[in-house]
Amino acid sequence: MGLDLNTKKVKKNAYRITKERGKTALRIRVPGGHLEAKYLPIIKEIAEEYGNGTIHITIRQGFEIPGIPFEKMEEINRKIRPIIEGLELDYGVKIDDPEGGYPAAGTRNVSACIGNKVCRYANYETTELARKIEKAIYPNHYHVKIALTGCPNDCIKAHMQDFGIVGMADTQYDSYRCIGCEACVKNCKKRATGALTFKNGKVKKDERRCIGCGECVLKCPTGAWTRNPKKFYKLLIMGRTGKKNPRLAKPFLEWVDEDTIIKVIKNTYEYIDKYIDRSLPKEHVGYIVDRTGFNVFKEYALKDVELGPKAKVAEYIDFRGYKYEKDAFMKEEE
Amino acid sequence: MKNMGFQLQNSDFNKILNELKKEYKIYAPKRFEKRGTFSDTDMIRYGEIDSVEEIVWKEKSEYSPKEIIFPITQTLFYFTEEEYKVPKVDDKKIIVFLRPCDINGVRRLDTIFLKNGEHEDFYYKRLREKVKFVMIECKESFENCFCVSMNGNYTDNYSIAVRFEDGQVTLDVKDEDFKGLFNKVGKEVDFTPEYVKENHVKVEVPEVDKMPLEIFNHEMWKEYSERCIACGRCNVSCITCSCFTTQDIPYEDNPKAGERRRVWAGCHIDGFTDMAGGHSFRKEYGSRMRFKTLHKIYDYKKRFEENMCVGCGRCDDRCPEYISFSTCINKLNKVLKEEEKDEE
Ligand code: SF4
Ligand code: SF4
Ligand code: SF4
Ligand code: SF4
Ligand code: SF4
Repeated sequence: MGLDLNTKKVKKNAYRITKERGKTALRIRVPGGHLEAKYLPIIKEIAEEYGNGTIHITIRQGFEIPGIPFEKMEEINRKIRPIIEGLELDYGVKIDDPEGGYPAAGTRNVSACIGNKVCRYANYETTELARKIEKAIYPNHYHVKIALTGCPNDCIKAHMQDFGIVGMADTQYDSYRCIGCEACVKNCKKRATGALTFKNGKVKKDERRCIGCGECVLKCPTGAWTRNPKKFYKLLIMGRTGKKNPRLAKPFLEWVDEDTIIKVIKNTYEYIDKYIDRSLPKEHVGYIVDRTGFNVFKEYALKDVELGPKAKVAEYIDFRGYKYEKDAFMKEEE
Repeated sequence: MKNMGFQLQNSDFNKILNELKKEYKIYAPKRFEKRGTFSDTDMIRYGEIDSVEEIVWKEKSEYSPKEIIFPITQTLFYFTEEEYKVPKVDDKKIIVFLRPCDINGVRRLDTIFLKNGEHEDFYYKRLREKVKFVMIECKESFENCFCVSMNGNYTDNYSIAVRFEDGQVTLDVKDEDFKGLFNKVGKEVDFTPEYVKENHVKVEVPEVDKMPLEIFNHEMWKEYSERCIACGRCNVSCITCSCFTTQDIPYEDNPKAGERRRVWAGCHIDGFTDMAGGHSFRKEYGSRMRFKTLHKIYDYKKRFEENMCVGCGRCDDRCPEYISFSTCINKLNKVLKEEEKDEE
């Protein structure tokens, strides 16, 4: 009996059609890129018993286990139940059959830099928010890439995603506590945007130039700079790689709260549903925005969103990037 | 010997605090939620409190209570072309909850501001006179504390000593002004505050007369030039660092009028030793470490017969580069001992 597969179903179950006939590779999601070590033995066991004994660590912070025979998919799906429970169901993700493996693979693993679990620069707990986003959008077949980064250093490369979330600190200044050492001023000039100036022994901030990196808080010896306990984020949109027009994501919203981020992402799924070109095998969201124009996207994305007083919305976005079809290596006559 | 004390439920103690608030501003180490250096961390520093529940007694504060009597920024006077005017000070008296090391630290500040030279510091004095101490009993050492080695662990200089436990306080009330408040509400118990007897960190401070001048140019300071980033956290968190600079601030619309204020400074911070003509002494960060170390355990001691450092360990708690002052003192001591041996 020949191997008869519905490849579309296989792919939606997070298994790959690989170059090696008869063999597949399973992708394990790790929302927020952080997991308890107790799940690793399961991954190891699958790799050693069903796969070729190796594990690939994906760019999106998942695990890919290659060399698995297609026949073993069901058995493996039962084996990964604790991972699906521990990393998805426990955080409120709805998956009807926890023994059936992953119900979708279009929306990729939500990745995150290590955030304030460890990093001093981080402005929030990235994994926590990643899990909330996962709950809001997974399972979903639409092809969307999301990553969260704790600060504008952007170690996770949020600028390469459809949605990149960057933590922003609303830094607040208590002039009484300031001893005029100028550490914050010099550092902001050197490492950030030069939003701070020093006058008459105290510091002034140009709010328009402040990107909320929080470095001034880190540098201040006396706690004159502190963070507003209320958290803010910047939302970058529609960055991508690919074969047409690679480009960096650009800021769409600044100084918005967590609820806004989640709502805008959810709204975008409705927007995709309405505008996607179903004649294509899968159209990435960035290309849909290219077709409809930014304003149509913007209207959809901000539907029923209540923006706070500090929020800023981009008026227009010039994405640029570059196009392969007219790149610098092509001569006129070609 | 029995020592009569009082035991109160927190709720009763709060009533007394409320009563005291009519006459006093009450300061204690307090939690400022999510105001720490890193996101989602708290800052523990001194602030005015309304209830005992606000007092953080299970942790050591990041900053010392010195800012209550030696404010970070303090206006000395307002000036116009003809005259100057000293700002008024709040009429209320002050109660400070603080640990033995800090009470001993305030004694150092008293020496510096009131007994150092001919003049008493007017601004320090007028706040200091208002202060009464409530000593927070400190039985167990925190990380980095070395008060026992510095004799900072014990004092009987307090109006009230307090032992905090969940839900209740036990007090030793020495100050007659306060005794009446507790007679009615408190349960009488036998209570003598305990003191830390041993820290995890121990230092051996070299004798003042064993400090040869050559130590100034010793190798040992060099490593600090590479390690220290001159951030000044050690200075500002220290209970006994008392340096300040003065700033004359002209008003923007009338530069002939303005105010003079003083703000904290620190020997580790850039600009501290900038002099007229642009010279900057101790540019090497290692020499700043040397200056601080010798100031705390040598110069001051030579003049006032006790170490300036009380061993609160906040400099070690807060140094982002993990430079340990207690380790530095021990290193210095070792170097001196070795040199002594060489001479024999
Ligand atoms: S992006 Fe910022 S918060 Fe995240 S790991 Fe990098 S420096 Fe740390
Ligand atoms: S948050 Fe960053 S950009 Fe804003 S003032 Fe502070 S250092 Fe400068
Ligand atoms: S780092 Fe802090 S103390 Fe120094 S100038 Fe800036 S606000 Fe003032
Ligand atoms: S230095 Fe001593 S008195 Fe001060 S907090 Fe530490 S243990 Fe308590
Ligand atoms: S806290 Fe550490 S790095 Fe900062 S000035 Fe002091 S010794 Fe140097």
